[in-house]
Amino acid sequence: MKASALFWKRPESLRLHAPLVPTIDQIMVEERANAFTKRSLKTSAKLAGLKMAVSMCDLTTLEGKDTPGKVAYLCRKAVQPIDAKYEVPPCAAVCVYPNLVKPARMFLGHHSPVKIAAVATGFPSGQYPLRTKLEEVRRAVADGADEIDMVIDRGAFLTGEHTRMFDEIAATKQACGAAHLKVILETGELVTYDNVRLASEIAMRAGGDFIKTSTGKVSPAATLPVTLVMLEAIRDHFFATGVRIGMKPAGGIRTAKQALAYLVMVKETLGDDWLTPDLFRIGASSLVTDLLMQIVKCTEGNYQAADYFSLP
Amino acid sequence: MSTPRLEVKKTYKLFIGGKFPRSESGRYLPAHSVAGTHLDNYAHASRKDFRDAVVAARSAAGGWSRATAYLRGQILYRAAEMLQNRSGELVSEIARSTGAGPAKARREVSLAIDRLVHYAGWTDKFAQIFSSVNPVASPHFNFTMPEPTGVVVVLAPDEPALLALVSLIAPVILSGNTAVVIASETFPLPAATFAEILATSDLPGGVVNLLTGQRTELAPHLATHMDVNAIVDGTGIAELQTTLQGGSAVNLKRYTRRDLKAADWFADRAEDPYWILDTVEYKTAWHPMGV
Repeated sequence: MKASALFWKRPESLRLHAPLVPTIDQIMVEERANAFTKRSLKTSAKLAGLKMAVSMCDLTTLEGKDTPGKVAYLCRKAVQPIDAKYEVPPCAAVCVYPNLVKPARMFLGHHSPVKIAAVATGFPSGQYPLRTKLEEVRRAVADGADEIDMVIDRGAFLTGEHTRMFDEIAATKQACGAAHLKVILETGELVTYDNVRLASEIAMRAGGDFIKTSTGKVSPAATLPVTLVMLEAIRDHFFATGVRIGMKPAGGIRTAKQALAYLVMVKETLGDDWLTPDLFRIGASSLVTDLLMQIVKCTEGNYQAADYFSLP
Repeated sequence: MSTPRLEVKKTYKLFIGGKFPRSESGRYLPAHSVAGTHLDNYAHASRKDFRDAVVAARSAAGGWSRATAYLRGQILYRAAEMLQNRSGELVSEIARSTGAGPAKARREVSLAIDRLVHYAGWTDKFAQIFSSVNPVASPHFNFTMPEPTGVVVVLAPDEPALLALVSLIAPVILSGNTAVVIASETFPLPAATFAEILATSDLPGGVVNLLTGQRTELAPHLATHMDVNAIVDGTGIAELQTTLQGGSAVNLKRYTRRDLKAADWFADRAEDPYWILDTVEYKTAWHPMGV
């Protein structure tokens, strides 16, 4: 099916141009995002928050040197992050390159609580022909991926070819079949919050199940303000359509404290409905170690050292 | 008639990772002279400040331990130079805190400088002297050599506030360890001033971190922190020693007591090169001969 045949999915009345999406007040969005870091979570609420954060982690390895062994290690860690006595839930997913989906599926089997997410569509740049991007997606899904993390063509977006971006996302969604689609906006390359808002809008309307901040390969990656802009886009989309879109900040979230700030922001922007791994994920690798260290600290009472925890 | 100038009171801050933050808790304490006059205020460190200091010390440990012994020596020597330049400041700080006469205060500062120079010289010598080539019954070279243990908590005694502090820190950091130092509780101001001087030397941020506050409050957390590799306790306070030693068991951290009387810190005893060995680990390596 040609991608252009998917045009009909775009509502006729909606022209995806900047004036039709709200503009973002940069100063206030940063102020508001900063306010979420001031909330104080203590004792049992903190412990519950830390465990929830682990359950929302997409344990990620996206390196040229990744091997099936490394992926197996990551899967094992995702299934049981720490000694069972701490009652920590498994991570939401492992996130790998398409070639490593097969080894991950072999290790996890078909009934694992841990999902397999594959980055695709010419990750991380997205500067590839649509045909090969879609082939990549179909192969990853056939190999056993539950979720596809696609990158948008930032070049297309920035030159104003919003319809091409829309069509690529829609075509990718179709190629995904039953697999969930996360759309990576790579906010670090979108320059302004207005662009982030517009790109979020396009991604949600084109069929993305999740919108995701970053590949982790570009700095800045996820930040609180940029995530807030996207959460508000999700909220407005829900009010307009009744459809719940998920959110995944990724990259640069390394400490438990940061993770808790994100959870607070989700709760105060979208409400408790979104506080589930089905609708909120954190893309990270070293974060899990810090979460586990804080969980042990909360349980045992003494400060922990990374030496006693598994490698990220 | 002119009004008398309003004196500017200072609040001494903590020294963590090369920066001077206030206590995370927002607390501070008044510093008094022996006679009871209010001198200035200083930060009252909480356990979270201690945690932050350990994080800073841990992240500084890699770079500092990999620096060449020669460079570490140069940097410690440079710290002594900075101390020399600003000795007047320290002399008056000690004098107004402890009530010591200027001559006595000057003696303490001079000795502190000398001690830094003394230990600066040890950086590129202790490894030769304390290493060994061991005879083994196979065609191998067998070496044993010291390596820094990691992050060390140093507790200074109340007196002499500056000299004991310097004499405790120098042998810890010269081998490549990083330190979190708990200052004298009765006279914290000379230690805080020393930290301000260190910040202007070439010592990388995080190699020495200084907390002021109450030792008994911090002690359980110092003792049980899993990321602390050793404790050097110069306080000589029995109750504190029990807490520290008990807590140390959780990760088998090294615990060393230096029970010196105030006067002993002025003597040769306090420049003991064997003190270096209390915060190193020995590594033995086998190397086949003829390869």
